[in-house]
Amino acid sequence: MTMSKPLQTARTEKRGDVPACRRDFPALAQKINGEPLVYLDSAASSQQPQAVIDAVAEYHRHNHANVHRGVHTLSHRATEAYESARDAVAGFINSRSRREVVFTSGTTESVNLVAQSFCRPRFKAGDRILLSHLEHHSNIVPWQLLCEQTGAELLITPIDERGELDLETFENQIGGGVRMLAIAHVSNALGTVLPLDRLIAAAHRHGVPVLVDGAQAVPHMPVDVQALDCDFYAFSAHKMCGPTGIGILYAKAQHLERMPPYQGGGDMILEVRFDGTTYNDLPYKFEAGTPNISGAIGLGAAVRYLDAIGMSRIAAHENELLRYMTQRLSEVPGIRLVGTAKHKASVQSFLLDDIHPHDLGTIVDHQGIAIRTGHHCAMPVMDFFRIPGTARASLALYNNRDDVDRLVASLARAKEIFGR
Amino acid sequence: MNRAIIDLSTDELRDLYRELILDHARSPRHFGKLTEQTHSAEGVNPLCGDKLKLYLQIDSDGCIRDAAFEGSGCAISVASASLMTDAVIGMRQTEALDFANALIGSITGKDTQIELGKLQALRGVREFPSRVKCATLAWHAMNSAIRQDDRPASTE
Repeated sequence: MTMSKPLQTARTEKRGDVPACRRDFPALAQKINGEPLVYLDSAASSQQPQAVIDAVAEYHRHNHANVHRGVHTLSHRATEAYESARDAVAGFINSRSRREVVFTSGTTESVNLVAQSFCRPRFKAGDRILLSHLEHHSNIVPWQLLCEQTGAELLITPIDERGELDLETFENQIGGGVRMLAIAHVSNALGTVLPLDRLIAAAHRHGVPVLVDGAQAVPHMPVDVQALDCDFYAFSAHKMCGPTGIGILYAKAQHLERMPPYQGGGDMILEVRFDGTTYNDLPYKFEAGTPNISGAIGLGAAVRYLDAIGMSRIAAHENELLRYMTQRLSEVPGIRLVGTAKHKASVQSFLLDDIHPHDLGTIVDHQGIAIRTGHHCAMPVMDFFRIPGTARASLALYNNRDDVDRLVASLARAKEIFGR
Repeated sequence: MNRAIIDLSTDELRDLYRELILDHARSPRHFGKLTEQTHSAEGVNPLCGDKLKLYLQIDSDGCIRDAAFEGSGCAISVASASLMTDAVIGMRQTEALDFANALIGSITGKDTQIELGKLQALRGVREFPSRVKCATLAWHAMNSAIRQDDRPASTE
């Protein structure tokens, strides 16, 4: 399919420094409990710039119709906007072809799709799936379901006290009957950036395909799926300034071609007869039913927005800010930093005295500061550190040093209330 | 900045984390197992990971002779469980159920005829909707224990 230029291009002017983009995010310009909002929960879900909000609104206002179906003008416009979003994503992650970019409902569905469609038909009892101890529940539970269905087993690579992967153990595990490696690019609870180059190369030496959970990486650094040479890469729009309910499965075409459809329905077929159905080409074979059109358009706008600023500049800004945040937090008496790997992105988890993270979350929220508290859908990580949860401050392109200073100042109030 | 707003917010936090609450959170009463328990139930708050197990010793007349709990949670959930065990020892089980209803009602903004005494301290939670589940967890667990419901009490 050839696509002309998108109907509506939402773009941002290039600006001198990344934090200037803060003004593009209307949600950040509000007060919470009487104080200007400090949003430090982007690892859970990031805020959306005006360009994304406008692109979605424009679609609803003028261009809504079903995609790939009608000959009428609105259907054509909706199809163009939807498919140009796919092109934008394909370029953003440097995939070889738009055929390798499947729209899903998010990272979770992407992982489930691979487990069910790629692995399930070829797995047998005793086959092993290698995960790390750092994984988010969405990169654990789909594999447990697969184990129940096929008799396969999970193998877990341990982590150390800093939250780094035990590479020596990994090297020993990867050759031992492993048929799939499923691993995070960046840990959502600890912020550890995994050494994917080394892990993927080792996996491929043993003929093991690799799925990367990139939900916490794509918003924070340039990601090039060809350079990584991963077989599958999953991520979600709502953590990268886009809407919820939409995400991506990137997969090498050679895999997608051999995989049976994940779901059956409209749009994923070329021809349906009661004695047999011909499936559609890639990537449509994996997009049954009317898709999340507005979500895809919002994701396309988010990608164009991030691209205009530049992922390298965003990464440099966030890395500098993370260093500052970690430094400032480490100066707070009674603080315990959880997750101190050498190579990290965006996230700092911590505990303060013996104050429960939930109480901390309430106290800082009352001062206008949004952080995440709890197990971060990574209960095995919490079990490893023998803690019920942490407070987690996570950064995005729109945060700045003032945000960090406000967070650090707000912790004094918690210490005062809890009498320490 | 508006001084009045800051002062107000300070008061709401103090109202939530009153001395009585902090005291029970730091030194929970009746914390541990009960050797002669007749009823027990688990309470879980899947959202924030609060977990507790409640034990009751109820005699043949339906009177709660003893109560204890163990587990981990935030200050609000631990203080609430501690205050609850203090309050219900000596109550008849029907009385305890009515009391639990009244307390949950009071936290969620309903008026009640029942005198809550010290437990009034939990009413500060009213201003913090995201913390209501923490405050009511132990009470839901007591409900399950008395009704001998096998499923863990959940705030979801």
